[in-house]
Amino acid sequence: MIHDERSPAIEMRGIGKRFGATAANADVDFVARFGEVHALVGENGAGKSTLMSILAGLYRPDAGTLAIGGRPVRLRSPREAIGLGVGMVYQHFMLVEPFTVAENVLLGQERAGPWLETGAVERELRELGERYGLAVDPRAPVWTLSVGEQQRVEILRLLHRGAKILILDEPTAVLTPQEAAGLVRTLRGLAADGFCIVFISHKLDEVLAVADRVTVLRRGRVVGSVAAAESDRRSLARLMVGRELASLVERPAEEPHEAVATGEPVLELAGLRAEGDAGRPALAGIDLAVRAGETVGVAGVAGNGQRELAETITGLRRASGGRVRIGGADATNRSPGEIARAGVAHVPEDRLADGLIGGMDLAGNAILRRYRRPPLARGPFVVARAVAAFADRLLKEHGVAAPGRRTRLGTLSGGNQQKLLLGRELAGEPRLIVAVHPTRGVDVGATEAIHALLRAQRERGAATLLISEDLDELLALADRIAVLFEGRVMGIVPAAGADPERLGLLMAGVDGGGVAPVRRVAVAGG
Amino acid sequence: MVELAAPSGRGRPRIRVERVAAPSRLASALVPVVSIALALAASGVLLLAAGENPIAVYRAMLRGALGDRNGFAETLVKTIPLLLTGLGVAVAFRMRLWNIGAEGQLYLGAIAAAGTGLYLVPGAPAPLLIGGMLVAGLVGGAAWGLIPGALRAFLGANEIITSLMLNYVAILFSEYLVHGPWRDPSSFGFPGSPALPEAADLPRWGTTRVHLGLLFGLVAAALLWGTLRRTRWGYEVGVMGANPRAARYAGMPTRRTILAVMALSGALCGLAGMSELAGIGHQLQRNLSPGYGYTAIIVAWLGRLHPGGIVLVAFLLAAILVGGDQLQSSMGLPAAIAPMLQGTILFFLLGGEALVRYRLAWGATVPSRDPGGRERA
Ligand SMILES: Nc1ncnc2c1ncn2[C@@H]1O[C@H](COP(=O)(O)OP(=O)(O)OP(=O)(O)O)[C@@H](O)[C@H]1O
Ligand SMILES: [Mg+2]
Repeated sequence: MIHDERSPAIEMRGIGKRFGATAANADVDFVARFGEVHALVGENGAGKSTLMSILAGLYRPDAGTLAIGGRPVRLRSPREAIGLGVGMVYQHFMLVEPFTVAENVLLGQERAGPWLETGAVERELRELGERYGLAVDPRAPVWTLSVGEQQRVEILRLLHRGAKILILDEPTAVLTPQEAAGLVRTLRGLAADGFCIVFISHKLDEVLAVADRVTVLRRGRVVGSVAAAESDRRSLARLMVGRELASLVERPAEEPHEAVATGEPVLELAGLRAEGDAGRPALAGIDLAVRAGETVGVAGVAGNGQRELAETITGLRRASGGRVRIGGADATNRSPGEIARAGVAHVPEDRLADGLIGGMDLAGNAILRRYRRPPLARGPFVVARAVAAFADRLLKEHGVAAPGRRTRLGTLSGGNQQKLLLGRELAGEPRLIVAVHPTRGVDVGATEAIHALLRAQRERGAATLLISEDLDELLALADRIAVLFEGRVMGIVPAAGADPERLGLLMAGVDGGGVAPVRRVAVAGG
Repeated sequence: MVELAAPSGRGRPRIRVERVAAPSRLASALVPVVSIALALAASGVLLLAAGENPIAVYRAMLRGALGDRNGFAETLVKTIPLLLTGLGVAVAFRMRLWNIGAEGQLYLGAIAAAGTGLYLVPGAPAPLLIGGMLVAGLVGGAAWGLIPGALRAFLGANEIITSLMLNYVAILFSEYLVHGPWRDPSSFGFPGSPALPEAADLPRWGTTRVHLGLLFGLVAAALLWGTLRRTRWGYEVGVMGANPRAARYAGMPTRRTILAVMALSGALCGLAGMSELAGIGHQLQRNLSPGYGYTAIIVAWLGRLHPGGIVLVAFLLAAILVGGDQLQSSMGLPAAIAPMLQGTILFFLLGGEALVRYRLAWGATVPSRDPGGRERA
């Protein structure tokens, strides 16, 4: 590909950005052109989000210059950036949930007159949607949309405002494989129409498939910028980490791990029902059991009850019917505290909303599960020294890149937040682990580390319910895989030798023949 | 101001408010200073318009509040209720419980303490009497705080409304008492309870009116600081304030903590009422508080909900109040001038606080342009 003949869309030169002692970006040169998909990769905390936030006008750089469409600019706000055609889809969406798609698109746009001209906008959105494979109903309220659809709204909103340079921060982290494939097609289509797409991702296969060029950041600096066609996983990984990572070069043909003698059932669900946020049934009678030393994967297209399943088990959502038993004792509709005390660890789907406190420091986040007990607590007091030691150890053991335990959690990069949460939940000796997308947004090296943690817990005898949209992850970690469709278990198949094709059919709600029948679990009193 | 490269003509010039990504430490420190300077400048214009020399007025204010032993003592006297109610409000605010009911809780504390001193144990020796009134003040305020707390914890009722409404109930209840059942028969019809026994007077500092309540306030600030920082309970309050969902996830007892925080909040405000009663008024009377419970909200915010900050701000606001009040006597200014000055200063202080987090941007909005040189589809 002859990139140099395309006109440069973005030219960032010598960009520097410090947060206190942290140099998030240092002397970064970044050039992307119209008509290309440009991937930005790097370990957690390498400075990807920061660099793109500078481009999108959210942060001001301490050093360096920025040119958009060949013209030097200084951005003071995201609004100015969008005025110059630069729009960003953040890791957290910025939509107003009760509003419709069209209203969200109109929000913040300056149109003459006091009326919302939703009619015209709806038409325009339909056209844009058709053209780029971003179909959503412009009249649907945002809260009724799936995560993938909300993301499409974010992209449509930027397109509608005339953005020509689209930045997507880990867009596929929240998507199912099917949705991710759709997004890739959309991005290629946009690039073919002359848009410039900047794409952040930790999934190297995906990066190689979608990008024309890849720029690699390491510790705030650019360590390479290569054509995707001339690169591979191995060389990208080496650039990112600065050394060879044995495990991730070739995906080790994850041999089905040696069977651990499974014990008593730790988690038993019988006819479990629950309602979703919108009050519609989300779980329609789930029967499932997880034994000690066993990992049961839950596969399914997002929005088929996964989130509600995890929340109902851990006490965050009311069960409207059926039973949950943990360690043989009834735990239906117990408080989250009681369930946690029964030895249940929970990696929630939305970590910043449920599992972490953005406004507190890392130490405060680290002790969330243990502040009540010695050695962190003595009587009614929290022992500052013990807290410090515990937090420092957690940060160190799990490679959380941060200036120190006094750092505010909200300033950590997304992946480092996740590492802290994982480390906290998987420390100790939980009896049952409910993990939802445990490696979402985490870099390749850390993904390996988290998988190792989960394997170690399984060998120790923990029962694990692993909810993930990443089939590879499920196949690598689970003993059995239950497929969820519209709040029901469509089937449970052994992971060893499971056929992805057949899993895909089950996920689509097709009851493939020859699949082991749904196992009914008899629960006394259920 | 940073200039944007060549904004072309289509944008409308206007002023807009932008969020500052990360307020700098320097800005946080400078803003109060600049705010006060601006407040003085703005009030200066008003004073000039009223035919007064602003410099002279300010000098008189400063002298009145801090210039001599008496003024300084009066400032400390006013610091006491502001400090106690400020702390009370801040505890609740830390958990994002918007207790606007400090005024009512103050009154209830005073009523309970007065009842104790007048009718329950009037003959007791001083330590017992004061101790009894102290407990009564704490309990009275706590009970008044618990009402909106319980409504919130069990019914989800908005505590802003309920706590505010209870202020009127408390104030009117106190009016009823001093006009009716508790009225001093020897007062020739003036509303007000009989004077408390002398043993109930809080010890004073020398010949000034500064009383033991100051110690209550400082001890309360220190205890609160320690509790919030060093105890499990303080940690729970912090987590619930910062992310209630994470608190639920961690199995923290949300309801119980709401009740406890509202009780503590009310108790501190009740203590303010008790110390005003036993330290200053010595009888339950009308207008026990000129709105300390409302000023407390400002004290808590400006002190950034931090006990140390609240001590400082309470003192500062007390100085502004005392300095303003002295103007009337020292310079013969119209009575309306002092509150106007006080209001202006507060206005700028609060506005400056907002500007640490937001900034105004002048200039044209950037017109929608197409950097790629292509028309939009
Ligand atoms: N607002 C902030 N305040 C302080 N430090 C920050 C802030 N934003 C980012 N940082 C720090 O800057 C560094 C780079 O963060 P950034 O979010 O850009 O990483 P990233 O490459 O996007 O990582 P990830 O893959 O985990 O999302 C990190 O060390 C982070 O802690
Ligand atoms: Mg990031």
